[in-house]
Amino acid sequence: MSTPQPPMPQAAPTWQAAPGPSHPGYTSPIPVVTTHLGHAIASEWTKIKSVRSTMWTLGVFVLLVIGVGLGAAALVAANTDPGGLEGENPLSFGFFGLLLGSICVITLGVLTTASEYGTGMIRTTMVACPSRGRVLAAKAIVFFVVAFVVTLVSAVVVALADVALLDDARDPTGGEWLKGTVGVSLYIALLGLLSLIIGSIIRHSAGAITIMIGLLLAPLVIALFMFAQSLEGLREALFEYSIPNQLSVFYANSLSESGPSGWDPLWIALGVTAAAFAGAYALLEKRDV
Amino acid sequence: MIEAVGLTKRYGDKTAVYNLSFQVRPGTVTGFLGPNGSGKSTTMRMILGLDNPTSGQVTIGGYPYRRLPNAPRQVGALLDAKAVHGGRAARNHLLCLAQLSGIPARRVDEVLGVVGLQDVAKRRSKGFSLGMGQRLGIAAALLGDPQVLLFDEPVNGLDPEGILWVRNLMKALAAEGRTVFVSSHLMSEMAVTADHLIVIGRGQLLADMSIKDFISANSADFARVRTPDTEPQLREKLSSALTEAGGHVLPEQDGALRVTGLPLPRISDIAHDSDVRLWELSPHQASLEEAYMRMTQGAVDYRSTIDQKAGLMQPLPPGAQPPMPVPGQGQPDWYAPPPPQQGGQPFADGQRFAGAPGQPTAGPYAAPAPAPGAAPAAGGSPNPYAQAAPQPAAPNSVPSSDLTKPEDAR
Repeated sequence: MSTPQPPMPQAAPTWQAAPGPSHPGYTSPIPVVTTHLGHAIASEWTKIKSVRSTMWTLGVFVLLVIGVGLGAAALVAANTDPGGLEGENPLSFGFFGLLLGSICVITLGVLTTASEYGTGMIRTTMVACPSRGRVLAAKAIVFFVVAFVVTLVSAVVVALADVALLDDARDPTGGEWLKGTVGVSLYIALLGLLSLIIGSIIRHSAGAITIMIGLLLAPLVIALFMFAQSLEGLREALFEYSIPNQLSVFYANSLSESGPSGWDPLWIALGVTAAAFAGAYALLEKRDV
Repeated sequence: MIEAVGLTKRYGDKTAVYNLSFQVRPGTVTGFLGPNGSGKSTTMRMILGLDNPTSGQVTIGGYPYRRLPNAPRQVGALLDAKAVHGGRAARNHLLCLAQLSGIPARRVDEVLGVVGLQDVAKRRSKGFSLGMGQRLGIAAALLGDPQVLLFDEPVNGLDPEGILWVRNLMKALAAEGRTVFVSSHLMSEMAVTADHLIVIGRGQLLADMSIKDFISANSADFARVRTPDTEPQLREKLSSALTEAGGHVLPEQDGALRVTGLPLPRISDIAHDSDVRLWELSPHQASLEEAYMRMTQGAVDYRSTIDQKAGLMQPLPPGAQPPMPVPGQGQPDWYAPPPPQQGGQPFADGQRFAGAPGQPTAGPYAAPAPAPGAAPAAGGSPNPYAQAAPQPAAPNSVPSSDLTKPEDAR
C-alpha cells in the first residue's frame, strides 16, 4: 500500500537527457498505410466469419429455406391429382421456406451491429477507425453480400428441385426465374440490411430483433383482425404492403390483386433501407459511442 | 501530446467533467487519478473521440481524434477489458483491428507474444479471466505501435507478475519517447509508475504536477518520538525542549510525540542534552495514498458506511458489551493525517492547484484536517521500516530537504 515513491526520480532525468526536443516523439518502424473502405471491409469480413452466431443463423436459414421449400413441394406433389398443378409456377413453393428463413437473416443483420454495442466492441472498433460512417458502410456491404449469396444459393437449389419435383407445373419463364431467385434474394438481403441498420440505431440486440420481427409480421396480423368496414382501405394497404405479401409478389402469387407487383417490392425495400441508412449514418456520426 | 482545453461533458443535468484543461507530454508516464465516478473514463472517451464534449476540446498532436490522420497508428488505447466480442477468438479480434487500421497481420502474432497470450490465441475471449482480458486489451493498444497510448485501469485483475509487467511496460513505452496516459484509482500503483500526475475529483482538476511535487505538497514528514511510558514527566520535558528548538510537537493518542521541523539527529541531540531516554525515534513519511485520499476525500461520490444491520441483530444478552467498532470503518476521515505544518514546504513553487490558489496544500475539496492520531489506523499509514528504499537525490530537482531528511538521519 504505502510505497513512498521510490524509483521515480531516476526515470525523469533519463528521458530528459536522451531524446531532447529535436526528437519529440516515437516513430514506429511499421509502415503507415492510409486506410480506406477496403480495410474496413476486410475487417468486417474477419468479424462476421469469426463468430459462431453467423454460422448458426445462416445454417438454420439454409436448413429452413431448403427443408421447407422442398417439403412444401414434395407435399403438394404427393397430394395433387395429375394435372392439378396446371399453369402453376413451380418456383412459388420456395416462398414458405424463405418467409421462415427471413427471421434468421433479420437476427444476423441485427447482431452484426447491435452485438458490438452489447459487448462494448464498438468502442474498440471506433477507436481503430474514427470514420464511423466507413465502419457502417463496410458492415452493410459485407453483410449484404453474405446474405445475398447465401439466399441466392439456397433459393436456386430449392427452385431447381421444385421444378424437377413438380413436373406437372408449367415451365417458368426466364423473367420468373430471375424474380424467383435473384429478385427474392435481393429482397431478403435488403430485409437483413434494414435489420442491420435498425440494430445500429437501436443499439440493442433484443430490441432491434423485436422491432424487425414486428415489422415482418405485425401488418399482416393486424390486417387479419381489422373487421370494421370503415377501415377496409387501411386493411387492404396493410395486407398488400406487408412483407410476406411483398415477398410473394416475386412468385406472382400475391395474396391480393392490387398493390405492389412485378419488381415493386424490391424498389420499396431499397427506398426504405436507403432512408434508414441515411438516418443511421447521421445518428452514428452525431451520437456518443 | 494530448491537450485538453476547457473540456466539459454533461449527461442531461449531470456534469461528468467540468472545465478540464491539462496537457499530457511525451516521454513520461502521466497518471490520471480520481475516485470512482470522477470522470476519468469520460475524459478518456472524449480524448478518443467516442464522446463529443459538451464544450471545450481535446486534441492529440493538434488534431481532434476523429480528424487525426491514421489515428490507429498514432494512438492506441485500452479502454475496457470487456470491450471485445466474447465469441471471437483472441487472434481474430486483433486481426480484425489490424485489418481495420492497415496493419500487417504478422503484427498480430507479435503483440500476442508481447502480452503472453500466444497459447490462447485461438480461444474465444469469453473464457478469459479478467487478467487475460486486460492483456488482450493491452495487445490491442500496442497493435499499431502508436506514439500515444491511453490505458484505463490497466492493472485491474492482473496478478502481481502482471502488475509488474504493466508497470515496466509503461515506463519502457515512455522511455521510447511515447506519450503514456494511465488512469487508475490506485495511488500506490501510480506512485511507482507515473512521473506526472493529473488528479480529478467530481470532474474537475484537483492537481496537475509531477509526482515529486505532489508528494511534497501533500505529504507530511515527521518523526515519531516515544519516551518511556513509565515516566510521563520526561515526555513533557522533551516536548518543551523540542518546541524551544523550533520543532512542532503534536502528542499522539498512544503517548508518542509527532515532531516536525527538526531533523532526526537534532531530536536525538536535544533528547540527550535534556537527559531524556528515548524508546522510539523513527522517521515517517505520509504515503502518496494518504496524500491522494486527503486531496480527494471531499470529492468522493461513493462512500462506504458502517453496515448497521439495523433490526437484524440478535438482542444482546444482558450485561454483554457491544463489540467495539473496527477503527477505520465508515469514518470518512480515518485515513488522513493532518499536514502538521504548512510552512517549510520545500516545493511551494512547484505546485499548481487548479481553482484554489489560496489554498497551498489542500485541494478545493479537502476537508478540514482531521484529528491527529488517526493515522495509525490507516491501511496506508507509513510503516517505519518500509523506508529502507534509498531515496536517490534527483540531480535536477530542488533539494528535497524535507523528503530526504529521515534517511539522512539514519
